[in-house]
Amino acid sequence: MARSNKPIVWGPFAAGGTLTAFLTPVLIVLTLLAALGHPPDALGYERLHALARYPFFKFGLAGVIGFSLWSAAHRLRITAYDLGVRADTLVAALLYAAALAGTGAAIYHLLRI
Amino acid sequence: MAEEVNRRPYVREMGWRWIFRHPRYVRYMLREFSCLFIGGYTLIMVWGLKQLAEGPAAWQAFLEWLRSPASIVFHVVALGFALYHSITWFNLTPKAMPLQLGEDFVADGLISGAHFAGWAAVSLAVLYFAGAF
Repeated sequence: MARSNKPIVWGPFAAGGTLTAFLTPVLIVLTLLAALGHPPDALGYERLHALARYPFFKFGLAGVIGFSLWSAAHRLRITAYDLGVRADTLVAALLYAAALAGTGAAIYHLLRI
Repeated sequence: MAEEVNRRPYVREMGWRWIFRHPRYVRYMLREFSCLFIGGYTLIMVWGLKQLAEGPAAWQAFLEWLRSPASIVFHVVALGFALYHSITWFNLTPKAMPLQLGEDFVADGLISGAHFAGWAAVSLAVLYFAGAF
C-alpha cells in the first residue's frame, strides 16, 4: 500500500476549517466593533488581561489560532497549485513553517500574560 | 528486469486564467481565497496578544490601530470572506460526514441545517459573553 502523509496535514486542515467556520466571523465582528469605535467590554485591557490569565482560555485561544493558521496555510498551498505554481514542496514547507511560527508566537505571548 | 526510467514526463502548463472560464471556477477561487483573510485576521490576533502581553499602553496602541481606515476596510472585506467560508463549509457537511440512521441516511438539509443553527448559537454566545450587547 502506498504510504501517504496526507492525513497528517489534512486532519488539522479539517479541524481548522471547522473552527474558523464557527468562530472567525464572530471574532471579526468583535474587533470590527472596536474598529468602529464601540469596543465590546471584553476588549478592554483589564477584562481581556484577566481573562487571558486563565489556563483554559490560553489553551483554547492557542488551539483556535494554531488550527486556523494551519488550515489557511494548507488552503493557500492548494490554491497556489491550482494557480499553476508547481513548486509544491517548497510552497508547502514555507506555508506550514509560517503557520507553526505564528502558533509558536501566540503560545509565547499567551504564556507571558 | 526494470529498465532505467530516464524520461521527462510531459507536464502540461497550467496558468491562472482558467479561473475565469466559468462562474463556478470563480466561486471556487473566491472560497479558496478566503484563507488569505482568515489567515491574515488570525495573524492580527497574534499581534494583539503580543500587545496585550506588553501592557496597557501597547494594548491601547493596538485598539487605536484597529480604528485606522486600513483596518476598517480589512475587517469588512475579511468578514465577507469569512462568512463565505462558513456558508460553503457548512453546506459541504452532508458530503463530508453523511449520517446513517438504520436503513436511511439523514437528509442533507438536516445535517447542514444543524451546523447553521450551531453556528448562530455559538456566534450569539460569543457576542453575549464579550459584552457586545
